[in-house]
Amino acid sequence: MKATVLVRPKSGILDPQGQAVESALEHLGFTVSGARVGKVIDLEVDATDAAAARVQVEQMCERLLANPLIESYEIEVG
Amino acid sequence: MAVPQPRVGVVMYPGSNDDHDALWALAALDADAIPVWHEQPELPALDAVVLPGGFSYGDYLRCGAIARFSPATAAVREFAQSGGLVLGICNGFQILCEAGLLPGVLLQNDSLQFICRDVRLTVERDDLPFTARCTQGQELVIPVKHGDGRWFAPPQLLAELETNRQIVLRYAEPCNGSVDDVAGVCNEHGNVMGLMPHPEHAVDPLLGSADGSLILASLVEAARERAVALA
Repeated sequence: MKATVLVRPKSGILDPQGQAVESALEHLGFTVSGARVGKVIDLEVDATDAAAARVQVEQMCERLLANPLIESYEIEVG
Repeated sequence: MAVPQPRVGVVMYPGSNDDHDALWALAALDADAIPVWHEQPELPALDAVVLPGGFSYGDYLRCGAIARFSPATAAVREFAQSGGLVLGICNGFQILCEAGLLPGVLLQNDSLQFICRDVRLTVERDDLPFTARCTQGQELVIPVKHGDGRWFAPPQLLAELETNRQIVLRYAEPCNGSVDDVAGVCNEHGNVMGLMPHPEHAVDPLLGSADGSLILASLVEAARERAVALA
């Protein structure tokens, strides 16, 4: 079962990488704001159905993939 | 009776690179410095543990996030929970935060640059096993070398830490964007401490400063007292 985890810096957390990307985009002539840089983690999960896969991936996020102090996560399954 | 030499372990993770500096500095300060391999599920008999600097497990995902699950870290957690002295330096600090043994988290420097230079620090607490040789308000010069040293805690947690006096060291001037210029913190019981600067790189005037030895010698002395108490 394929699953994707999106990990984002929580709002209010300073994201200097996002600021650097925003500034680079402005140098290219784009008008942008609020650029934030997160992570995408693609997984192949050993599970019989989507619900079971989601339960596993949630545990992965809680234990390792995201730090709840600074990051939020979203899970897509299938 | 001869005064026992305290046994201080230094955990070596794949990617640690200040482990030998820490072993050398601790031995120079008259500790029996003992390397501990990251796969060891049990610690040898120790009076204190140091988690050294470096890039454990490549610092993939987040700094310290993977080292947190190594067998030696589980043993260090048990050691800390039973009151053992644990000092985390740089990557060791990041590991202790990820492991939940210290509050907060270390993020990428606000400048996005790797910072490698001597910094001035202010000692906030001199009543800990790690700072007994310092005095409150004293200024120390100790080098930092990190890309991810911006300590962060949400406002409510930060207020709790201030109330509990868990902020141990601050940068005398802004360094990496840390909240309130925090450079080092301890746990509630004061037996676990982490700091981003590298005291093991400042134990001899030839290295530019010997101020780091105040912190490490405090630790060695506290470890010695524990060794004596157990003897």
